[in-house]
Amino acid sequence: MSSLRVSWLFLRMGVINELQYRVNFFVQLLQSLIQVGTALVMLALVYSHTNALNGWTQPELLSLIGVQVLLGGFIHTFIQPNMQQLMQDVQQGTLDYALTKPEDAQLLISVRMVRIWQVVEIISGVILLFVGLAGVESSIGVGDAIAFGIALLIGGVLVYCFWLVMTTGAFWIVRMENVLELFEGIYQTGRWPVTVYPGWLRYSVTFLVPIGFAVTVPAEALTSRLQWPTLVFALGFGCAVFAFTRWFWHFGLRHYSGASA
Amino acid sequence: MSVDVARLPEAGRWRSLYDFYLTTMRTAIASQLQYRVTNYFYMLGMIAEPVVYLVVWTTIAKDQGGAVNGITTGEFAAYYIVWTLVRNMNIVFGAPFWEWRIREGRLAGDLLKPMYILHYDLAYFAGWKFVVVVLWLPIAFGLSAVFHPTLSPTPLEIVVFICAIWGAYLVRSMFQGTIGMLNFWTTRGAAVFDLYMATEMLLSGRLVPLQLMPEWVQTLANFLPFKWTFGFPIESLVGNLSTRDLLLGLCAQALWIGIGLVLFKVAWSSAIKRFVSVGN
Repeated sequence: MSSLRVSWLFLRMGVINELQYRVNFFVQLLQSLIQVGTALVMLALVYSHTNALNGWTQPELLSLIGVQVLLGGFIHTFIQPNMQQLMQDVQQGTLDYALTKPEDAQLLISVRMVRIWQVVEIISGVILLFVGLAGVESSIGVGDAIAFGIALLIGGVLVYCFWLVMTTGAFWIVRMENVLELFEGIYQTGRWPVTVYPGWLRYSVTFLVPIGFAVTVPAEALTSRLQWPTLVFALGFGCAVFAFTRWFWHFGLRHYSGASA
Repeated sequence: MSVDVARLPEAGRWRSLYDFYLTTMRTAIASQLQYRVTNYFYMLGMIAEPVVYLVVWTTIAKDQGGAVNGITTGEFAAYYIVWTLVRNMNIVFGAPFWEWRIREGRLAGDLLKPMYILHYDLAYFAGWKFVVVVLWLPIAFGLSAVFHPTLSPTPLEIVVFICAIWGAYLVRSMFQGTIGMLNFWTTRGAAVFDLYMATEMLLSGRLVPLQLMPEWVQTLANFLPFKWTFGFPIESLVGNLSTRDLLLGLCAQALWIGIGLVLFKVAWSSAIKRFVSVGN
């Protein structure tokens, strides 16, 4: 309960802080429109040369892009700002302020920041998702919707874990800011179903960088492609990765000597 | 803000400039070689983009019997592998970094230096390129082993390519610098920068080879600077451009460098009048 209360408090503080900069909403809106526009142009170009990409029709792929944009919005709103703050704290020695507080350090460094205007991206993703689904021929059952929700939740946890593991590397390699470029680059692979990629890349973006689970699995649920064993496996994988991330965070923390002491 | 700065002596000016570029480039190489891991992170993130495009178009080409609009899978591989080098050469002191330079108070210090502001960025990023190319080589070998590019350039094409990637670097530096001047008027230029980048992506050959774009897009691209920073350097090595087209391409780059420089100078002289610096 204490964790939830702390998270809720930080969320409120973050929102209040961001609401001071209302023009950022319009900036973010324009940025989202540009992002979505570019994705749609690429989609139109691809489907001007083919009817289906590895069995995925244009509306189905639009749904997948919707999931990718939606999850991207979640990352930019909640995960990325916290991880960037963590990297900066390690560089400047200010992480001590978080470590000396009487609350779980991992929780604190994960909920301190929120960029609420990035929710525009989440809304854009939801719109794309619904427009795409409207064009999909097969109907979506309650089971599909539940599976989608579970898969999306697991996807969010996996992406958080990936970010934290990479950022924990800052305890050894101080200049980690380019990890953002690395993630943004690799995240673009999520704009297409992982089945398109050759084996080595498919496994890399499924297990090493979990974009496959995070984006394709939820989209598969909505397009009636998902098998229940895959979802169960994803759940187990998500739990294992979360446990590893927790261990790795503590392992990294033991190597942090601080800079302000 | 007006600052009296020591000017370089007219005699030996070019020699001083040459020494300055050489020293700054050496400094950049020494500095960037220390950050190999972070440089690799950056490069790996960057190569994800062309690999995705390559895989998608290869899949479509295979479905269509081996080619899309006459471009075979091997030619797609060559295009996007050369893309990775061109993209790395196109890393410049981008528009958003001007915001950082102003916010962090770096510009005040830079203004006290005796040379034109562009020289510092051009020299440093040019030196960085040598580190980038060395780090890029294993990635290129790896991608070639996986995707089997079709590439058989002539000596002339190789020479033009080497000139074209440096030309692209200069074109992009000028235009990114000009857009960066927007930071003197607003701290919320991010959306404008994104719009510029999206336009570049669509009209440069960065997203797809321009041959795959509609006819009117290809025509429009000929009259804008973007194509000369991505499409032309890549095509000069992997395409079958005639000698005339190769030389015309280099002339077009020279023209856009000139236009970009004039635009930057005009924007800079107007922007710097708005700059106010405080501190000790």
